[in-house]
Amino acid sequence: MTALQKDRKQGPATAPAAPAAPTKPALHRRTTRRHWWFTPWLYLLVPLTLLVAFTYLPIIDMFGYSATDWDGISPTSENVGADNYLELFTRPELFKVFLVSGVYLLASFVQIAAALYFATVLSFNTRFRNLFKGILFFPYLMNGVAIGFVFLYFFQPGGTLDSLLGTVGYHGRLMWLGDPDLVNKSLAGVSVWRYTGLNMVLFLGAIQSIPGHLYEAASLDGANRWQQFRHIIAPSIKPIISLSVILAISGSLAVFEIPYIMTGGANGSQTFVIQTVNLAFKFDKVGLASASAVVLLALILLVTWIQRRLVPEERVELS
Amino acid sequence: MRRGWVAVAAATMVVLTACSGGSGGTSSSAASAAADPAKVSGDITVLTNRTDQIKDGSLKKYADEFSRTYPNVNVKFEGLTDYEGEVKIRMNTENYGDVLLIPDNVSINQYPTFFSPLGDSAELSKTYNWTDYTTVKDKVYGIANYGTATGLVYNKAVWQQAGVTQWPKTTQEFIDDLKAIKAKGQATPYYTNYKDAWPLQKWTDNIGGPSCDQGGKDKLSTTAEPWAAGQDLNAIDGLLYTTVHEKLSEDDPTTTNWEKSKTLLGTGRIGAMLLGSWAVPQMQAAATAAGQNPDDIGFMPFPQATAGKLCTIIQPDYKYAVNVHSKNKEAARAWIDWYLNKSGSAQAEQAVSSVKGSPLPASLKPFEAQGVTLLLGQNQQNAAVISKIDKGSEIGLGSPDYRQKLVDTARGAAQGDMNSYFADLNKKWAASQKTVTG
Repeated sequence: MTALQKDRKQGPATAPAAPAAPTKPALHRRTTRRHWWFTPWLYLLVPLTLLVAFTYLPIIDMFGYSATDWDGISPTSENVGADNYLELFTRPELFKVFLVSGVYLLASFVQIAAALYFATVLSFNTRFRNLFKGILFFPYLMNGVAIGFVFLYFFQPGGTLDSLLGTVGYHGRLMWLGDPDLVNKSLAGVSVWRYTGLNMVLFLGAIQSIPGHLYEAASLDGANRWQQFRHIIAPSIKPIISLSVILAISGSLAVFEIPYIMTGGANGSQTFVIQTVNLAFKFDKVGLASASAVVLLALILLVTWIQRRLVPEERVELS
Repeated sequence: MRRGWVAVAAATMVVLTACSGGSGGTSSSAASAAADPAKVSGDITVLTNRTDQIKDGSLKKYADEFSRTYPNVNVKFEGLTDYEGEVKIRMNTENYGDVLLIPDNVSINQYPTFFSPLGDSAELSKTYNWTDYTTVKDKVYGIANYGTATGLVYNKAVWQQAGVTQWPKTTQEFIDDLKAIKAKGQATPYYTNYKDAWPLQKWTDNIGGPSCDQGGKDKLSTTAEPWAAGQDLNAIDGLLYTTVHEKLSEDDPTTTNWEKSKTLLGTGRIGAMLLGSWAVPQMQAAATAAGQNPDDIGFMPFPQATAGKLCTIIQPDYKYAVNVHSKNKEAARAWIDWYLNKSGSAQAEQAVSSVKGSPLPASLKPFEAQGVTLLLGQNQQNAAVISKIDKGSEIGLGSPDYRQKLVDTARGAAQGDMNSYFADLNKKWAASQKTVTG
């Protein structure tokens, strides 16, 4: 098929035999195939090895652990069948922590809206737009641990946020992390700050694929910026928006890093993943923790599937 | 190209060995001491949580002194910042140093799987304190370097300014004293260190203190409701609850900072913190660094007297053990023996050396003077059962989460009050105890 393979077929060793009998070409085609069928796999070997070793094997192991009572350290463990799943589903308090995810989910819609706004504004000829792109994307490049520490100072009583509010005349003493009604909103705010840039870059990329003459035609027809957004940009980048929503929902179900570093799950900020980590490493219930990880995986797959059914993927034709 | 293949093969090997590491140890030969130091040889790695001592070179100094007696042993240190978390995961492989500190959250009945026996308990308990903490079937698996008294680090100047000269002997007296400090307005009376969390688990070390009973902890295995009135945990957690509930602790516990708390206590802006006596030298150093008088830092026992006498438990610090997979057990044992007996590190830390007959450190001299009863550790007969009940109940006496919730309840950030929370804890404990002991 490729030039290389054609060359091979006409090679000096096999060429004279080719016209002899009708069965021979088939045979010799088979020999050349035997040499080459695995070529693409050679290129894929390294990434596939990594993928299998660090994603699929651990997942298989996780399924295995979830059927045992392993405590995370002893060399032996007993098979307990579905007991862990039974325990999980007979203890509703283990699922109560998903309420916390609701706060993050609401915040992620704020995040998508903000990202859309910035992406749209920055896709037009705004002054310093590359600088602003950089500034907005920068938080995503920072390490999550560093962000956690920075925002600990930010939220301290009398810290950065309080002084900032003080300059605009607000002197109330809110405990951003200490107040149980505020803590999850504060933490979700940090996560919005961190991920808006990533969403914005995704949207920007999609917006830039819209041909320029569409805007031109629209502005000739007298469409303002909002109308351009409403009728050209939004429909054109619909697949990316729905992808962002899927990522936002699965992300909010699996929030971990920011609350774990900043509060350790204290004061009602515990998420499902933090709870799972505690079960595994504080209470030595690796079996039960694996079962909850499996349940989380199933939940995310389910939510994604439902979303895919509700908003089917469609091709957007740009002309 | 060929080099690429080698790399892939190597990576695969690493992955495979990492996956198969959990097979566990079979060899259990004892790590016994050698008679002649010159004959002991080998390279050993010592895992430690004291990254500060690696940085300031004091561990290196000990190793140099050690090599004068044991010229053929080469000691290397490996410092781990998150010691508990990292070592426990590494213990799934065979590679967790030659000498290590036993992580707190490994249950005692698992010791024989991971550590070499160091000798018979009858023999070793003659020389060292606290060997019962690591004894399984008459064999000792780890020896502590030193122990520390449990109690409160406090700033004497702050307490004196508030007109308090005597150590409080009841919860009520303690709360009144803190109120007097608060009235002065100079200092936060009590600091929880809620955000860093581990200081909250130090409250557990006081079990046995309020009742002045070395068997206080062992009783937990047979007590269905450890948070009922009159029990140690009721006194301990009740004190914390009342302190926070009366607003005698910092305003926002969720943003506390351990490193900063040392300076705050040293400069008289915090009245007291519940920790071990090991914290005294650290606070004194912080006071000196801030230009204050280090002699202002004092240490007092848990404020609950039994028959008019205060009482404190002296808890062992980390216990040193030898990896059961170690190739140089003799050298590892030599290091432990030398470090505990000859290095003088326990004295340098102002701690109670585990070697029997060592003098008490300066920070505990006032305890002797005031006639405080010193109990050498808690009894450990039922330690394994208690750990099982505790983990089964998901309360976590050894982890800070349930006390964070206690603080949250006390300051009104979580639902309920002291009685409802204690009732909840009692219920969980009783249920788990039923499953474990039948």
